[in-house]
This record gives sequence, structure tokens and C-alpha cells, in this order.
Amino acid sequence: MEEPLVRTQNLKKYFPTARGLLHAVDDINISIMRGETLGVVGESGCGKSTLGRLLLRLIEPTSGEVFFDGENILDYGKKSMTEMRKRMQIIFQDPYASLNPRMTVSEIIAEPIKVSGMLKNKDDIIERVFELMGVVGLAERFVNTYPHELDGGRRQRIGIARALALNPDFIVCDEPVSALDVSIQAQILNLMMDLQDERNLTYMFITHNLSVVKHISDNIAVMYLGKCVEYAPTEELFSNPCHPYTKALLEAIPIPNLKYRRQLKVIKGEVTSPVNPKPGCRFEPRCPHAKPACQSPDLAAVEVSPNHFVTCTLYSERGLERGGVAV
Amino acid sequence: METLLDIRNLHVMYKTDDHDIYALNGVNLTLEKGTTLGLVGETGAGKTTTALSIMRLLPDKVGFITSGEIYFEGKNILDLSEAQMREMRGSDISMIFQDPMTSLNPMHTVGTQIGEVIKLHNRDLSKSEIEARVDEMLEMVGIPAERKIEYPHQFSGGMKQRVVIAIALACNPKLLLADEPTTALDVTIQAQVLTMMNELKDNLNTSMILITHDLGVVAQICDSVAIMYAGEIVEKGTVQDIFEGEVHHPYTIGLFGSVPDLTKKTDRLNPIDGLMPDPTELPPGCRFAERCPYRKDICTQTSPALVELGTHQIKCHFPQNAKGDR
Repeated sequence: MEEPLVRTQNLKKYFPTARGLLHAVDDINISIMRGETLGVVGESGCGKSTLGRLLLRLIEPTSGEVFFDGENILDYGKKSMTEMRKRMQIIFQDPYASLNPRMTVSEIIAEPIKVSGMLKNKDDIIERVFELMGVVGLAERFVNTYPHELDGGRRQRIGIARALALNPDFIVCDEPVSALDVSIQAQILNLMMDLQDERNLTYMFITHNLSVVKHISDNIAVMYLGKCVEYAPTEELFSNPCHPYTKALLEAIPIPNLKYRRQLKVIKGEVTSPVNPKPGCRFEPRCPHAKPACQSPDLAAVEVSPNHFVTCTLYSERGLERGGVAV
Repeated sequence: METLLDIRNLHVMYKTDDHDIYALNGVNLTLEKGTTLGLVGETGAGKTTTALSIMRLLPDKVGFITSGEIYFEGKNILDLSEAQMREMRGSDISMIFQDPMTSLNPMHTVGTQIGEVIKLHNRDLSKSEIEARVDEMLEMVGIPAERKIEYPHQFSGGMKQRVVIAIALACNPKLLLADEPTTALDVTIQAQVLTMMNELKDNLNTSMILITHDLGVVAQICDSVAIMYAGEIVEKGTVQDIFEGEVHHPYTIGLFGSVPDLTKKTDRLNPIDGLMPDPTELPPGCRFAERCPYRKDICTQTSPALVELGTHQIKCHFPQNAKGDR
């Protein structure tokens, strides 16, 4: 079987806080095949951005492994890590905050090229900048403008051009369209999908927007308070959501169609604290199916259908009885 | 039905040192009593400016209503003095802002902040009557009354937005202006707040203008819809007209095409090319012409008249057929 481009094993990140350990990412196992997109969905504070940063080793994990192209990047020294970083990039949510306001568009896009030493000659660099601007659909006349002169969509295109500058294999996209208006959002999503087709890019697409994630992803991981509660191929997840939280998320989306008017289903309560969480399922306090077994510390993921994993007592018990088929 | 609010040919301009920004360019809008109107559009379309004009809260010395009338219960509120207007705000018309984190005062308990509105508009109420009303308001938005002694930072985002809604509804306003009330919230919390707003609407019969860019939220809550673009209303009608009608403004078609549909599988979205025009130099003719795939010569020369199809109005020379069922 083909080796995934990115894989994590029991990846954990705990942040120390005054009140105890904040379990931001807790035992995550994911893998992303080359050329595919893994969507990571969840609400604020579920650890999805922390996970993205861990994959790029922008922060060090508490424990666990991150494999990139078969190699454990946590074993890398500073120098080999810098080399490896050329192959992995990130696009940030806020195109207003992630670009240096004192640099022009060409300086921003040229920076990774200069820092990495990919090109040395000034003319080559500027040629590459123009090429990248063309790729992301930025008109050449913007080359000497500053970010504040441009709208959000164009700024996000700069962010994408910068991420593409070193021809990476893997890009973490952290809510890249959440700050944009819908018509601009659609332009950027189409651009990202075209780039993926042309360059065989691998994406991890972090978002809270389920319709966006459905549109762009091959597989989806649903996170809740640092845990991955469900993982499945996109079509499977939307046609057969299993975890009560995934179901709740799907039922909470207002759909722009009058057939679904006033059909929002509401789950009670709010996300509990990620600081020193109780053992067992983190969704248990809000779950309509909660029972004592949910507080057991050793809940394991069950494969309810090929490549569809759920961590929930509803399936760990019944799943065994019925041969692992979702009910 | 009785008309509560009638905005006629409203023009608003923001004057800065460098530019004159034409924020609203002839907005006509009516709201019937007890109904909810969705005001939809992208950043800079003039949605918030419309709401601020109704509240007469445009930024001082910068925002100006250059012409037009706003009739609230038959009275032109643009003729009212500031003192009369202050009486109306909070009691007749109130507003909920997008960000619940910044619209509450961090130095006062939520109980004090709800009580403040009640006290200001009902001078004859005793302390205990005000407290009772505060408790009632908190319970109404689903917060236990004993939490009134807590400060905003002790509440989550969704809870803060409930407090803001409680403040806005504390004096039983006839009109509620809600500016993106759920945009800053997570989807499960948004569902809670939307469901609560639907219930409040049913129980209190408040009229509401809901400002949003989320067509899903509109489909959930609104009775009628107005689509704004570059300071104009380009299409309006009942929620059925907009979501299920056959003919639409090309911008409306573009907006719907830009949203990934959860119920269908599409390979690529159909976004609108280009950007909204610069509000300091609006083009003559139709403001959308530059981005419109159906543009003809007349579009860039003459501003289109309203095409009326019953309750459905479209400001376009060439309204387009689009599949009704979306």
C-alpha cells in the first residue's frame, strides 16, 4: 500500500496553564495520502489549529510522532528541519494579520525564496514572483502595492502565492476563507482546488464551516475538545454520520433552502473546559445518548465501515456484536 | 398588514478628508408589523449603514443622511430631535451588534446592564420591579436568573449574545435591528441562538430586520428578504420569491452559486468574478454591470428600473431565469 505523505501517531499537545494542563490535542492519529485533502472540522477551541501547527512542527508536541514522507520529523535537527520546511507550508485565516504591512507584495512573495536560497539572482527572483502572481490570479500591476491597499480576497491570494513559492508538497490551510465574503470565498476555493489538481498538492484544510469542508475534502476528521471523534471519507461522513457530535454539527447548519426551514436541531450546553478534562468521552456532558460507560477512560475508535472510524460507546458495544457495521 | 417601517429613497454619504463615500444610494424598504426582513449582502454593501440610519447612530460629523425619509409608525424619524430620538432607542427600536464580546461593558454585571435599559425607559418602576424584570428577561433567553450578578467575562460567547438580546428586548421594542447576531458564534451555539430568536419572535411578535451574509440563516428565520449591493437594494421579495422564484437579479444568482451546497455534490463553485465597485467612484448605470455575465450596453449607461412581479422586485434590465428549487 502507498505510504501516506503525512501521518501522526498518538500525537498529543498539552499546554500548561495556571489551572492545570490544557489538553489541546489529545491522541490524534491521522494520515493524509499524497494529492488528497484532509478536512479538519470542529468548533473554536477543539484543537484543530494546534494540530495543524504540530504537523509543521511549528510547536513541539508533548508526545507522539509526526511522519512526513515516511520520516519522523521530530527526530530532525534544526538544519534538516529547515530543509524539510520547504516542502510544507501554511496559509493563515486572517489575510489582514498574516502579511507584513511594511512589505510590498513582491517582497512578501519573494521572502521565502530569498530565505531558503532557492534563487539568488535578483532577476530570477522577480521573474518567479511574477510567475507566482500569475498562478494565483493577481494582476502584475499590484507588484509594488502594500497589503493595506488590497481587499481580503487579493490579500489571501498573496498568502497563497507565498505558500506556493517553494513548490511545497503539503500545505496546511488554517481557515483560509473564513474571513472572506461568500463570492470571494468561492473564488479562492476554486483557485485552491485548481492548484491542487495542477500540482498534486496535499492539503490539510482546517475550518469550522462544514459546507466548505465537504466541498474540498477527500476525508474528514471531526474534532471535539482535542479528540478526533469521527474520521471518514467525505461522502461517507455526510451520508452516514455516526458520532452524536457529528450528527449534532450537521443538524445545526442552517441550509439555504426553504425545505429545511425551522428544522435546526439543537444540542444542549456548551463546550466544556479542555483543562484537566475528565476521562472518557469529552462530549458526554452534552450527549443525548450519554451513559455511565461513556466515562470509561479506554474508549477506542471503531471501524464501522471501511476507513470510517468512530470513537463512541454506541458503536464500541454494538459494533462488536454486529460485526462492525454501523447501525 | 400594517406597515411598521417605511424607508423611502434613502441616501447616506460618509465624508472623510480624502473621499466622499456613497454608502446608500436610494434605498427603499418597508417592513410589516410582526415580520422579519433579512438584509443580505457582502461587506460594504450598506447593510449596517441602513440599520445605523434607522437608529440615527451614523458616526457624528462623518456619516450624513443626504436625502430620503424613514417613517416609523407613520412618523418621519429624521425630523425628530436628538432627545426624542433617545427616547425611542431601546424602547421602540433597539439593535443587537455582531460582536457580543465588545458590546457589553466588562465593568458591570450583566444584571446591571439589563436593568439600566429598563430603568432609563421606565422611570416610575421601583428597584424590585426592575430586578424582577431583569430576572424575567434572563430566563426568557435561557440564562438562570441567579447568574445576573456575574460579569461578561464569566459568560461564553453564546451566553453573552443571549445577554445582548435580553438587553435589546428588555423594553419590548417594536422593532429589533439584529446586525449579524450569530456570525461570531460556533455552529451548534448559532443553532441554539437562532432557535431561541425564532421562539421569541413567535411569542413577542417583535418585528425584526436581520442583517446577515448567510443565506442559510435567512432561510431559517426571515419572512422577506432584501439583497443589497453597493448601497442599493437589487432584489427584494418574500423569502419564497428569493429562494424559490424563477427570475432573479444576476447578483442573487451569483450569491447562491458561491455557497457550497451541503445537499448536492458539485465539482467547482460558480463564483462572481471581480469585486464590488469602489464606493467613492460608483459607475453610472447598473452598479453590478462590471461583474455581470449578462451585461449589455444599456447596463453601463442607464440605471435599471425596478421590475415588479407581484411581491418580487428586481432592479435589473435583464433579470435572469434561474432554477427555482435551490
